[in-house]
Amino acid sequence: MSREILNVSGLSMRFGGLLAVNSVALTVKEKQVVSMIGPNGAGKTTVFNCLTGFYQPTAGSIVLDGEPIQGLPGHKIALKGVVRTFQNVRLFKDMTAVENLLIAQHRHLNTNFLAGLFKTPAFRRSEREAMEYAEYWLEKVNLKEFANRPAGTLAYGQQRRLEIARCMMTRPRILMLDEPAAGLNPRETEDLKTLIGTLREEHDVTVLLIEHDMKLVMSISDHIFVINQGTPLADGTPEQIRDNPEVIKAYLGEA
Amino acid sequence: MTRNLKQALFSALLVWAVAYPVLGLKLTIVGINLEVHGTSTATLITIAVCSVLMFLRVLFDQQISSAWKASPNLPVMPAKASTFLTLPTTQRWIIIALIIGSLVWPFFGSRGAVDIATLVLIYVMLGLGLNIVVGLAGLLDLGYVGFYAVGAYSYALLSHYYGLSFWICLPIAGMMAATFGFLLGFPVLRLRGDYLAIVTLGFGEIIRLFLRNLTDLTGGPNGISNIPKPTLFGLTFDRTAADGLQTFHEYFGLTYNPVNKVIFLYLIAVLLSLFALFVINRLLRMPLGRAWEALREDEIACRALGLNPTVIKLSAFTLGAAFAGFAGSFFAARQGLVTPESFTFIESATILAIVVLGGMGSQLGVVLAATVMILLPEMMREFSEYRMLMFGALMVLMMIWRPQGLLPMQRPHMELRK
Repeated sequence: MSREILNVSGLSMRFGGLLAVNSVALTVKEKQVVSMIGPNGAGKTTVFNCLTGFYQPTAGSIVLDGEPIQGLPGHKIALKGVVRTFQNVRLFKDMTAVENLLIAQHRHLNTNFLAGLFKTPAFRRSEREAMEYAEYWLEKVNLKEFANRPAGTLAYGQQRRLEIARCMMTRPRILMLDEPAAGLNPRETEDLKTLIGTLREEHDVTVLLIEHDMKLVMSISDHIFVINQGTPLADGTPEQIRDNPEVIKAYLGEA
Repeated sequence: MTRNLKQALFSALLVWAVAYPVLGLKLTIVGINLEVHGTSTATLITIAVCSVLMFLRVLFDQQISSAWKASPNLPVMPAKASTFLTLPTTQRWIIIALIIGSLVWPFFGSRGAVDIATLVLIYVMLGLGLNIVVGLAGLLDLGYVGFYAVGAYSYALLSHYYGLSFWICLPIAGMMAATFGFLLGFPVLRLRGDYLAIVTLGFGEIIRLFLRNLTDLTGGPNGISNIPKPTLFGLTFDRTAADGLQTFHEYFGLTYNPVNKVIFLYLIAVLLSLFALFVINRLLRMPLGRAWEALREDEIACRALGLNPTVIKLSAFTLGAAFAGFAGSFFAARQGLVTPESFTFIESATILAIVVLGGMGSQLGVVLAATVMILLPEMMREFSEYRMLMFGALMVLMMIWRPQGLLPMQRPHMELRK
C-alpha cells in the first residue's frame, strides 16, 4: 500500500523527575489520518512538541521519510514539511487574515532585500502568486469576505479554520492538528471533518490529530494511537480501539 | 461615599507631597552654603487651591465624568476623522504634501528655524530606525543611542584620522552601526520584554563609557572637534576653502551667506529621512517586514511555520541600527563636535518616546511625534525648568486621550480579485 512517512520509536521526554512521555512509538503512512487520543495530561501535546521540535526529546528517534529529524529546531522541521496548529489558537492577531496567510509562505517568496526595495518584476510575480494562493485557501475555508479583517476579531471557529489554512500555505507533508475541534459547535465540527477529508484527498496531506471528540476521531481516523500517562496503551483501527477493554478502563476508570 | 472621601483626601495630600518640595522650597546660596527657604505665601496659596480643587475633583469624580460625557463638544477627535487620518491613501497624500513643503520652506524660513528643523529630522531618522526594532519586531530596545554613537564616532574618527569625507563615511557609519546591532543581537536572542530592555540599556551605556574612557583614540570626555561639514560635490560651504577645495559661493558667483550652509545641511537631513522612510515603507510590504510583525505577534507560531526567529530578530536589530548609524554620522557632521555626553540614556528615552507617542509601527506617527517632542522644548525655552514636568503631563494626557499613539498604524488593505 502507501509507504511510511513518519516513524517514531522509543520517544521519551523527561522534565526533571517527571517522565512525561515514555517510549512512545508511532507509524504514520502517507495520506492517512492518524489520531492520538488519551485522557487529559496523558502527554499527547508533549509528543506533538517533540515531533515539531519545540522540545528536544530525551530519547528516541523520529524519522521523516527516511530522514531522522529528532533534535532539529522547530523552524527546520517545519521547513521539512511538518506543520502544526496549536491547542489554543495562535494566529497573528493584529494582522489581517490574508497577511497571516502571506507570512506562512515566507520561504516560497522572494526574500531578496534589493528585489523588494526596487519592486523588481520577479518580486512582484512572487508576491502576486502568494496572494493568489492565499486567496485560494481563503475561499476554501470560507473566509474570503474576512480577508482584510484582523485575525483576532474573527469568530473562534473562523480562527480555527484560518489557522489550518495558514498551515496549508507552507505546502506541508504532514499536518498536525492539536485538538482542532475544541470549542467548535456540532456543525463546525462537521465542516472540519469535511475539510480534513479534502486535505487528504485533494492535497495529499497526511494528518496527525489529537482530539477528544470521539465521534470525530472514530469517523475519520485510519489508525488510532492511545496514550495514557505518557505510555502507549494501544493502537489499531477505530473498531479495535472501541472494543479494547484497556482503553475503556483508562478513560472511564476501573469498573 | 466614604471610599470617595478617603481617596479625595489622599489625592489632596498627594498634591502637597508633589508640589511642595518642587515649588514650595527654594535653595539659596549663602556664602558657600546652600540654605533651604520657604517661598512666598502666594505660591503656598496656589498649592492649597490646587489641592482643594483636586479634592473636589476626586470627590465628585462620577458627577464630573457623567457631565463631561453629556456635554456635546468633547475634545476628542471624532472617530471618522481619526480613521480618515490613518488610512493609507490619506497618509500617502499627507506625505507628499509634507515632502514638497519641507523642500521649499527653508528658503523662506529663518536660520534658527531651519536649524531646529534639521534637529527634528535627525530624530525622525532615529525614530524610524527604532520603530523597526520596537514598533515592528516588538523588541524593546533601550540602548538604541549606542548605535547612534557608533555612527557619529565612525564619521568623527574616520575624518579625524584619515580625512575621509562625509559622503564616504555615511555608508561606512551605517555599516559600522549595523555590525554593532548584529553583534548585540546575538546575546539577546533569547531575551524578551523586560530582560531585553535591561540588557540593551546596559549595552548603550557600555558604548558611551567605552568612548569616554578610550581617551587616546576618542579624546575621552572632550570628544572630537572640528569635524568637517558635508560638501556638495566637493564644494564647501565655508567662507574660505581649504587646500584643493572650492567654496560654493565662489563657484556660483554668489556672495557668502552662512545661511546657505544651514539650508544645505537641512536638505541633506531631508534626503536622508526620505531615504529612511522609503526603505522602511518598502520593507513593510516585503516578506521580511511581515515576518518582523509576525514575530512581534507570536514567536512560537512563527517557528511552527518555518520562519527562523534568529534571522528575523538579527535583521531587525541590524537594519534598525544602520539607520541610527546614518543619523549619527549626520549628527557628527552637523555639530562638528562629538562627545560621549551627547549619547546618554535620556536620548534613548526620547527616541523611544517618539516611537510610542507616534503610535508603534506607524511611520507618519514617528514624523509627527518627533516634531512635537523636539519642537515643544524648543518653543518653551522660558519654562525650561518645568520641561520635564510638561513632558510628564504630555505623556499622561496621551495615555488618556490616545493610548494607541498619535497616528496609530493601520493594516494595509489587500485587494483580492473577485
